[in-house]
Amino acid sequence: MSNEEKRTLTFEILRYNPQIKGDTPKMKKYEVVEAPGMTVFIVLNEIREEHDPSLQFDFVCRAGICGSCGMIINGEPKLACRTLTDTYPKGIITLLPLPVFELIGDLSVNTGKVMRQMSERVESWIHDKDAENVDLTRIEERMEPEVAEEIYELERCVECGLCLAACATKRMRDDFLGAVGFMRLARYAIDPRDKRSGKEFYDIIGDDDGVFGCMTLLGCEDYCPKDLPHQTQIAYLRRKMALGK
Amino acid sequence: MKVIYTDSLVIGGGLAGLRVAIAAKQRGHDTIVLSLIPAKRSHSAAAQGGMQASLGASIKGVGDDEDVHFGDTVRGSDWGCDQDVARAFVNTAPKAIRQLTAWGVPWSRVQRGDRQVVINGKKVTITESDDAHGLINSRDFGGTKKWRTCYTSDGTGHTMLYAMDNKAIELNIPVHERKEAVALIHEEGVCKGAIVRDLITGKLTAYVAKATTIATGGYGRIYAISTNSVISEGIGTAIAMETGLAPLGNMEAVQFHPTAIVPVGILTTEGCRGDGGLLLDKDGYRFMPDYEPEKKELASRDVVSRRMIEHMRKGKGVPSRYGDHLWLDITLLDEKHIRKNLREVDEICHYFLGIDPVKDYIPVRPTQHYSMGGIKTNYKGESIGLKGLFSAGESACWDLHGFNRLGGNSVAETVVAGMLVGEYVADYCETTELKINTKTVEFFLEQERVKISDLLNRETGENPFKLKKEMQQIMMDKVGIFRNHDDLSKAVEELKVLNQKAKNIALRNRISSSNPELVEAIRVPKMIKLAQCVAYGALLRTESRGGHAREDFPQRDDKNWLKRTLAYWKDDNADIPEIDYEPLDIMKMELPPASRGYGDDKTTPHPDTEKREKEIEKLLKDHPGIDRIQTSELLNPVEVPERYQGKNERVGRGFK
Ligand code: FES
Repeated sequence: MSNEEKRTLTFEILRYNPQIKGDTPKMKKYEVVEAPGMTVFIVLNEIREEHDPSLQFDFVCRAGICGSCGMIINGEPKLACRTLTDTYPKGIITLLPLPVFELIGDLSVNTGKVMRQMSERVESWIHDKDAENVDLTRIEERMEPEVAEEIYELERCVECGLCLAACATKRMRDDFLGAVGFMRLARYAIDPRDKRSGKEFYDIIGDDDGVFGCMTLLGCEDYCPKDLPHQTQIAYLRRKMALGK
Repeated sequence: MKVIYTDSLVIGGGLAGLRVAIAAKQRGHDTIVLSLIPAKRSHSAAAQGGMQASLGASIKGVGDDEDVHFGDTVRGSDWGCDQDVARAFVNTAPKAIRQLTAWGVPWSRVQRGDRQVVINGKKVTITESDDAHGLINSRDFGGTKKWRTCYTSDGTGHTMLYAMDNKAIELNIPVHERKEAVALIHEEGVCKGAIVRDLITGKLTAYVAKATTIATGGYGRIYAISTNSVISEGIGTAIAMETGLAPLGNMEAVQFHPTAIVPVGILTTEGCRGDGGLLLDKDGYRFMPDYEPEKKELASRDVVSRRMIEHMRKGKGVPSRYGDHLWLDITLLDEKHIRKNLREVDEICHYFLGIDPVKDYIPVRPTQHYSMGGIKTNYKGESIGLKGLFSAGESACWDLHGFNRLGGNSVAETVVAGMLVGEYVADYCETTELKINTKTVEFFLEQERVKISDLLNRETGENPFKLKKEMQQIMMDKVGIFRNHDDLSKAVEELKVLNQKAKNIALRNRISSSNPELVEAIRVPKMIKLAQCVAYGALLRTESRGGHAREDFPQRDDKNWLKRTLAYWKDDNADIPEIDYEPLDIMKMELPPASRGYGDDKTTPHPDTEKREKEIEKLLKDHPGIDRIQTSELLNPVEVPERYQGKNERVGRGFK
């Protein structure tokens, strides 16, 4: 894009601060002159600094790594920091906070609370009574290189919550674990260091709030910013549950 | 007055903070972690490249051990580091990585047999041994003699942080999210906790604790462009400084990473060059071998960054609307390798630059990356000025890195310091009784309450966002990679003015609950003071050492400057810190100062260097036949908590 054809972008942003008594949700319009390489991160900071210092949103890494900045951008759940404004030819961009999560204010939602609960629910750690007694001076336990890679592939989740925001089941049923939790569990299920039995895994997700509640609409897979194989993992867990009980 | 009591309060939920919390909790102490954000989003997650630990499993790591790691770290620091700390660190790093393995990090493993790698621009086949199959693999990084950087594909920091936070969840350690510590509570030279603001409700709470640990990362965001997360604003460091008691060490020691993308400053990992990537100029010419024939692209970070700037100053930069830059070329690597082992880089190129690194060159420029300076602690991680205050990781100047940190030594520091300092925090909790005068707590709470209500009541004044921008620009223009007297003096004067203006901030959005402008107004005055510590320390240090490069004093000067800068902010009305220096004792060094091996060495030597070299020679003669471990115990005896003592085993070598 050259200097001559600078566009003026229109941002429509949901504004609502539940901390202020009597405040109600409303859409507000902001105009911003587009710059090359401009992301929604850059725009939101510009709006806050130049136009409206009360605007709330969350960014940490601004590089698509930390999972802080999920929001609904023109109807789709996305990471705002790595969404370039030039992906929208009309230059009109609507921003809403992620549904499913508790609203902190404007575009900021409390993903941390939900993710901690998820981790506690699936017991997102290696279960091995001997792990604390490992002799740290000795050579570590060996692992096949492909196994390490497979685990890493499933551990790339950044807990951004887009999968939950895109999940029809989750929106109807708050207790539904959702793709992020299935992925976490699958990650531990294939890890030889985790000594949990099939039965123990089943007890966590073998019901309608777990893997059998999924309606296979696969919004999770469509919107996962890390391209994680949700569909395969959900099928894998189901098969494992059905066989392993 | 809302007060929460605990034994061990940890401010910061990244790798270092969580590791300290885990240590204290495992020893039976009540622990709370405070974090601005959910812990798993901490900046630790952004470490793509790896963690240094001398496991020596991969064929290119064979022969590696604690001593080689020690030498690389000390040379890398330009002899500015604390060698006791460095020794304890290198001895513990293999244990730290093995513990993380048990906690679930899926480190990339060695595959037996042949594999293709790129070394010095050429494809080479290396053969991994059967013995090493399945052990933790390692890659090449700058400034290291061996391939020592252990990694998980492209997501080392992410997997380490996830394992650490999951461990903390397993241990039921509460992480109080969206909380910001705005001041420390202290009484008679002892820290007793912190005053904490809830970022949602705006309420202030006093967290009273036996031991307080600050692990809030670096202060990179005092620069306009930084690879750091937007929360790396140094606030933890600043609240320690604002006690007037806890000095900050070597604040002028700032690292610039050679390869951040232009213009946004997002990092592309050193792994790009470690795995064989090259730096090219506007003519597509590989220039690094001309400057550093031996280490080339893999010289220490500070060296590569300076060479890049030098080369651009000769007109060899690629012009762009954002100023000149150079190219990082990884097109000579395997497509599969890029898509997998450098996937983060691949994604960043795709989303932020719209290019494909398999085919296209990446526009890069040296960019602020790491803060070697921070809260000065002793080897136990305790502040040298304020008892009961500990610090670990990037927020601390434990002093592992001196004036330049090696790639891969940062996440390694977070977990190793977390382990060691965590034990000392637990010791401290065991031997300390929690006694505090409630008047003290009220005093500090009231002080912060008044500051905030002043901000909310002031009708007109300075815009905090603008002040921050001005500060960041001063640091970029005048306290950058190359420094000189004139620019630095100007920076100091301009920051003095900003420091005054910062006393008169007024808000447009005057509400006390969740309010980003208020957050900024609380932070910016603190950041300006930190920036002044950097600028003023840099002005006074009339030598070049590691990341501190003075054009007017281009040589390292051990005779006058083998000492650590200590910055105190004792007087709240002052515009500059009080500076003191702490000498480094050559007569205790395991490795006395020498040349780092880059360019011509014109260091002005310290008279003790020769003395110590002779002494070491004699000591070794007097102890014939001792092995390398006995040697290091003889030359550099260090204390390590009992549970982390013991020699480290390596494949094919045993415990030797
Ligand atoms: S801010 Fe970290 S993913 Fe967007």
